[in-house]
Amino acid sequence: MKERNLTCIVCPKGCPLKVTFGENGEITEVTGYTCKRGLVYAETECTHPKRTVTSTVVTEGGNIVSVKTSDAVPKEDMFKVMEEINRAVAPNGVKIGDVIIKDVCGSGADVVATSNE
Amino acid sequence: MFDIAVIGAGVVGGMVARELSRYKLSICILEKESDVAMGATKANSAIVHAGFDAKEGSLKALLNVKGSEMMEQITKELGVKYQKNGSLVVGFNDEDEKTLVELKKRGEINGVKGLEILKGDALLAEEPNIGETVTVALFAPTGAIVCPYELCIAAVGNAIDNGAELKTGFEVTGLEPIEGGYRVFSGESYIDARYVVNCAGVWSDNVAAMAGDESFTVFPRRGEYMLLDKECGGLVKHTIFRCPSNMGKGVLVSPTVDGNLLLGPTAENIEDKYDTSTTAKGLGFVRSSASQQVKGIEFGKVITSFTGLRSVGSTGDFIINVPKPHFVNCAGIESPGLSSSPAIAEYVAELLKENGLVLEAKTDFVAERKPAHWFRELDIDGKNEVIKEHPEYAHVICRCETVSEGEILEAIRTNPRPTDVDGVKRRTRATMGRCQGGFCTPYIVELLAKEMGVPYDQITKFGGESYINVGKTKGRV
Amino acid sequence: MTERRKTDLVIVGGGPAGMAAAVKAYEDGIRDILILERDTALGGILRQCIHNGFGLHRFGEELTGPEYAYRYEKQVREYGIPFMTDTMVIDIDENRTVTAMNKENGIFLIEAGAVILAMGCRERPKGALNIAGRRPAGIYTAGTAQKFVNMKGYMPGKEVVILGSGDIGLIMARRMTLEGAKVKAVCELMPYSGGLARNIEQCLNDFDIPLMLSHTVVEIHGGNRVTGVTIAKVDENRRPIEETRQYIPCDTLLLSCGLIPENELTKSAGITLDRITNGAVVDGSRETEIPGIFACGNVLHVHDLVDYVSEEAVIAGEAAVRFIRGESVKNADIRLKTDGKIRYTVPQRITEMKDTTVYFRVSDVFRDKKVTVKAGDSVLISKKKQKLAPGEMETVKLTKEMLENAGAGELFFSLED
Repeated sequence: MKERNLTCIVCPKGCPLKVTFGENGEITEVTGYTCKRGLVYAETECTHPKRTVTSTVVTEGGNIVSVKTSDAVPKEDMFKVMEEINRAVAPNGVKIGDVIIKDVCGSGADVVATSNE
Repeated sequence: MFDIAVIGAGVVGGMVARELSRYKLSICILEKESDVAMGATKANSAIVHAGFDAKEGSLKALLNVKGSEMMEQITKELGVKYQKNGSLVVGFNDEDEKTLVELKKRGEINGVKGLEILKGDALLAEEPNIGETVTVALFAPTGAIVCPYELCIAAVGNAIDNGAELKTGFEVTGLEPIEGGYRVFSGESYIDARYVVNCAGVWSDNVAAMAGDESFTVFPRRGEYMLLDKECGGLVKHTIFRCPSNMGKGVLVSPTVDGNLLLGPTAENIEDKYDTSTTAKGLGFVRSSASQQVKGIEFGKVITSFTGLRSVGSTGDFIINVPKPHFVNCAGIESPGLSSSPAIAEYVAELLKENGLVLEAKTDFVAERKPAHWFRELDIDGKNEVIKEHPEYAHVICRCETVSEGEILEAIRTNPRPTDVDGVKRRTRATMGRCQGGFCTPYIVELLAKEMGVPYDQITKFGGESYINVGKTKGRV
Repeated sequence: MTERRKTDLVIVGGGPAGMAAAVKAYEDGIRDILILERDTALGGILRQCIHNGFGLHRFGEELTGPEYAYRYEKQVREYGIPFMTDTMVIDIDENRTVTAMNKENGIFLIEAGAVILAMGCRERPKGALNIAGRRPAGIYTAGTAQKFVNMKGYMPGKEVVILGSGDIGLIMARRMTLEGAKVKAVCELMPYSGGLARNIEQCLNDFDIPLMLSHTVVEIHGGNRVTGVTIAKVDENRRPIEETRQYIPCDTLLLSCGLIPENELTKSAGITLDRITNGAVVDGSRETEIPGIFACGNVLHVHDLVDYVSEEAVIAGEAAVRFIRGESVKNADIRLKTDGKIRYTVPQRITEMKDTTVYFRVSDVFRDKKVTVKAGDSVLISKKKQKLAPGEMETVKLTKEMLENAGAGELFFSLED
């Protein structure tokens, strides 16, 4: 029987989670979470971990504007997403919530502005 | 061909250039760093010594007492902060008391006025926070404090305003005698001058050797300091020295003209003329010595620590002479060099005259320089008058020291012009407060880049390769 | 003549605390409000905190710093609450006269009905102090690096060592890594991290950045730029152990050694500060010892979560309105004392008999303790906690009933076995 200890990153509480796996690697038990999101996190983290990426994008005028992925993207794709973000150029006067890259790296998540230029 | 090349833009070189700029002479100041005041001048005790330390009859004694007397006037002309706060040399036992009585005698021979031995209540009345174990003190009412790099910047600036030229990034690598003077090289480039004045501080023996004078050496003596928050500046009124030993005057505890509290220095002879590192041991020593001299020092309020290298000459005295025609040494200017600097400048002018330089006074020499801190001295109405015309004086960039955009821009546009963040710091005090530039550095970089017309990431901390940033985050791909 | 104006409520600082207080005061009916912000825009330090993780508590969703700030800014703009940016407050006196300056108005005075202090905090530069060695370029606080990277778009370095494991340091380890730098280590003097567990996970572990507990930087090397640092393990008295010295080549040292409330103005007003929090001593309504001057957010005590900053600002905003209207109630005088294991409480005193939430922090990592509140010998609260850490703010709720039973005098906060 295999076990894995995790720190939940869903909220600032940072609950210590313990995931137990069965013979075929399937999750048999999760303990330590104090909300449902923690349970979901533990399951996702052990099957296909995901992260939200935040960074900045250069604007046409040469300023920069802060951005995030609208949803978490596969953890192993973080640097691929960064490459896309580094290549992107946002229009001048970009507004909070504007989509800058659609479906980044086929993740289903968009890269959106998080501030106004 | 320049009449004069001054090598080294420290306080001595600056004062010499300023003194000579009174006369009809073309002057070039050569500095290897990106700014003036980059050697011992920016890291010393900031004291105008009364003049009781130096041995009777020495050049040090002569120039210290004279320089100290000149300082009040010269700082007034140059708009530099100066405060005659008096000094106390404290002793802890009978042995020390004997030394202090000796010092008093020596001081009187040197011509220092008002010296007094204080004990008990009289001492406590002068300085309530004096250390518990202090038993006796020598009081010198003529001791004063000044900001050494402010003085140097003002002196060089005033010299430039009076026609002198400053070349930074000009590290002298060779001297070649030419007809009626010297060719001064920095790598491939050079300037010619009729007279060379060597004010190269810790490097002055190397420069002298380039002219063929190997009669002395200069070695660096490391002095480590701690600077405390302005909240602590009022702990003592006077500069509190420790009874001296053969390694110099020991650690002092002193308010600064800007209201901080300064502790240090250590005194350690080293070999490396570049080694301005601080050490755990050195700072520990400063801490323990200072705590004996003055009680209630809050070491939690230290905002920075730094090291200065004094230029100690092999002769034991200042080395100011003319070893070769057209070549003047101002070497081994260790303590009391800052105090002596105005007198050294006059002395050098005199030497040059004796050696054939004609000193004809200019009619348009301007001795006064606008104080760098003129704006902060105004009352609210006065400030508002200025702000009406120049709104940038109401835009605060450095929050800890309340330095405005206007003051920073003015500093960037005033001779000698700073080209890096530390240069702006020494002229305006921006970044010097308790957050040590955490908030304002990015803004200062922006102002410098804009004024100098260079990209943001080309701005350095102190010239050379000391870049603040190493490139853009975006646009790399 | 210097301009003098009158305003009901002056709020010093337009970050999350100042804006939340302004919004609350507006909603409670005060219209003559003025927010004074020293930066170029509203939002405070959140503008440069472009990472996500804000607002879960307050808005039920995960926002980035600028987005969280924008929620409040939008509200401020919709309500039409007046604010001035690029405006620095240079003095506040005990009569609530605020001296401020900006380009448009020069230096001007405001006689305020009430003042809310919301200046936030700054980073401790302290880490650099007793580190031996040179002072080359390449030494920054984590927050300065954050400003360069997130606001200016410039990289302060490529190979980084971080001293201190505060949250900003951890966040910057991830940001610098994503932007192409190599973060070689995070050294923490204490045997535990000062940052949140989730930040250690997602900012360090995700990128295999080692967290070296009980380690410090003992020497900085370099001439123009930093070329490396020497680190060493420390003993239980936090003194470096010689034999463990280790050289790490790098071009940047970031310092993340904690935050301190920015209380220069509080001091100039003559307000007593708490030696532990470095913020003002306040009562339950966040009123300082000077009537009509309130404080909230990180200027009062450093919070871990901006959500709690907003919460506290609401308390101050509401109380300021009551003060302006002459409706403040002072019917108690209870001092809150601590045992040292509990380092501090905010508020430090209670002057009104009503339900009051008390925030506190502990001095060390404790396990299986009871958070206990006593009035004399009678135990008002005894709450079991599995784990308490200095990095995490805790709360207890005192009910009006408890306070009335306790009467005047003192409440004692302690950790019991």
